[in-house]
Amino acid sequence: MKKLITAFLLSLVPVLALASGGDVHLDKADIDLHDKDSLRHGARLFVNYCLSCHSAAYMRYNRMGRDLGLTDAQVKENLMFAGEKVGETMTVAMPAKESKAWFGTKVPDLTVVARARGADWLYSYLRGFYLDSSRPWGVNNTVFKKVGMPHVLWELEGLKKPIIEMRKNHEGKEEPHIVGFEQVLPGKLSKPEYDKAVRDLVNFLVYMGEPAKLTRYTIGVWVLLYLALLFVVAYALKKEYWKDVH
Amino acid sequence: MSKSNLMAWIDARFPLTKMWEEHLSKYYAPKNFNFWYFFGSLALLVLVLQIVTGIFLTMNYKPDAELAFGSVEYIMRDVYGGWIIRYMHSTGASAFFIVVYLHMFRGLMYGSFKQPRELVWIFGMLIYLALMAEAFMGYLLPWGQMSYWGAQVIVNLFNAIPVIGNDLSLWIRGDYVISDATLNRFFAFHVIAVPLVLLGLVVAHIIALHEVGSNNPDGVEIKKNKGPDGIPLDGIPFHPYYSVKDIVGVVVFLMFFASVIFFYPEMGGYFLEHNNFIPADPLKTPEHIAPVWYFTPFYTMLRAVPNPFLGVIAMGAGVVILFFLPWLDKNPIKSWRYRSALHKLNLLFFAAVFIYLGYLGVNPPEPVLAEMGRRFSEVYFAFFFVLWFHSKPRSVSAAVTSLIVLIGLFSLYDFVRIDEENRSLVLTSWLIPSVYLAFMLLGSFTNLNQEKPVPERVTS
Repeated sequence: MKKLITAFLLSLVPVLALASGGDVHLDKADIDLHDKDSLRHGARLFVNYCLSCHSAAYMRYNRMGRDLGLTDAQVKENLMFAGEKVGETMTVAMPAKESKAWFGTKVPDLTVVARARGADWLYSYLRGFYLDSSRPWGVNNTVFKKVGMPHVLWELEGLKKPIIEMRKNHEGKEEPHIVGFEQVLPGKLSKPEYDKAVRDLVNFLVYMGEPAKLTRYTIGVWVLLYLALLFVVAYALKKEYWKDVH
Repeated sequence: MSKSNLMAWIDARFPLTKMWEEHLSKYYAPKNFNFWYFFGSLALLVLVLQIVTGIFLTMNYKPDAELAFGSVEYIMRDVYGGWIIRYMHSTGASAFFIVVYLHMFRGLMYGSFKQPRELVWIFGMLIYLALMAEAFMGYLLPWGQMSYWGAQVIVNLFNAIPVIGNDLSLWIRGDYVISDATLNRFFAFHVIAVPLVLLGLVVAHIIALHEVGSNNPDGVEIKKNKGPDGIPLDGIPFHPYYSVKDIVGVVVFLMFFASVIFFYPEMGGYFLEHNNFIPADPLKTPEHIAPVWYFTPFYTMLRAVPNPFLGVIAMGAGVVILFFLPWLDKNPIKSWRYRSALHKLNLLFFAAVFIYLGYLGVNPPEPVLAEMGRRFSEVYFAFFFVLWFHSKPRSVSAAVTSLIVLIGLFSLYDFVRIDEENRSLVLTSWLIPSVYLAFMLLGSFTNLNQEKPVPERVTS
């Protein structure tokens, strides 16, 4: 019977593991969608570093401007470089065939990437590049093994190499384990500055994944307040009608 | 023309007043409906919400493999209020199943499926089937990875059918893999064919119900106690009494519904799966494909059997057996209020098992989980035998014989599959269905099987 209970409890484990985000350790992104400065900074990083290869084909420039508190002119001046129109979506000119040859895969669209991967994953991923000469672009990633993407933000972060220790895994075999990093080449930003930059970028990606998120919580509160009021009226009406039912 | 004149004019040509009276103002419902009786009207509400939001989604959705994913995102950001409509629809799908499962469990508790309401139950089950088809085909439309691979897995189930299997799944898909052709036909089924069937069945469900009258938590037929005016003494007109009461239920439901829509539209990945925000890619199979939560109990039954064809049979049987409930549980006492404690335990345990099976279906079938899925699938089916067994007093020898036969049946299967590796798991988990059956069958001869007298009139 004890075994049975243990088996039953053990069967609950995978879901708990699933809830905590799989086997890779993820750092908390800790983003704040209300922080317009952070969103604007993120947008800038996005158009400068991501948008040359990745598209955001469902996001319109002017919608982004409106949500981030920018005029169309400001958007054109600061966030658009290729002469698109402000009502267009963020597409890129890179053809799918070439991208496959360069990166080994079709470069994914990033409009809703935050909804597929989650903010914490993106935050850890963009901070997880390390030198690995066995990879075609010279870098590997802690949360995305054998990643096909180069470390696009390297000028900001600099380059780091992993400190590897041999550790026993649960089967008792020795396995290389990354325990820390050593900065090889300094970047333009210090570590805390880089973390903040990535946080802003992730903040923007989360916003872009669901622009409605900026307003839906506020609307939700009003809807619930209205329903609470309606409940009082509906309940009083029911009570009144049911007075004569015994 | 005054109002009454207008009504007279209409009534001479169309039975408006007659229908109003038959189904609302002079439809006498028992006065003792409790919390569980909200879910019928709530199911109707969700159906209407799904149809209305669906119409608006159709105005901007594009059933085309190249455009579908993008058109959903277009609705989510460029269509004014589109995100609310879309979240209402996606949350509504899950809400529909929650409401319907609670509605069905109500039927189990109070014996609402029993004579003379067998057809009400059958129509209800047909609605449930249509709803599953509707949800399954609707889930393909966003054309994300889970849409695509979920549909691929489910349609491939038909491959398991001997001889015609491959041709059948080909015929359903209209292509060798899920493709644009599949998307187009699923769209057609989802927006017009199945909803028409659903609406027809709902009408039949309600007509059948109003013909025999509603059951109630006491399981007492109110039509047996009529006053001199021919009105049931314990009945009250549906309108206005239950119409105003159901409004309260609707408001409370909408509070839960709105909480999900505005605060947790993805519901941690259960209502909208994370992988479904990646466009469908026929060349990239996701690591773990799980159907949406409302199908997972049956998905577990499918996986419980190693042979694919028998697995499909098991899954189908899991649904079909529910149709036979009125002929399985023939105990003359309808409501569990007056049935034995044993019966109550049986129902509660069944509900827990159903939820646990659903939980197992969400997860990858690792050895322990797979074994649990097998054992609790056995319990799921054993439940229906126990229900039948508890229909009337049985002899000790009947109990012992059926216990031996049933345990023998699955032990025989265990004997075939047991090996070095799974021995301890198979042997310990063997206790699950065995203890369940022993308790439920032999328990019939203890105080636990004491039934209570059913009152003449409804209580409270």
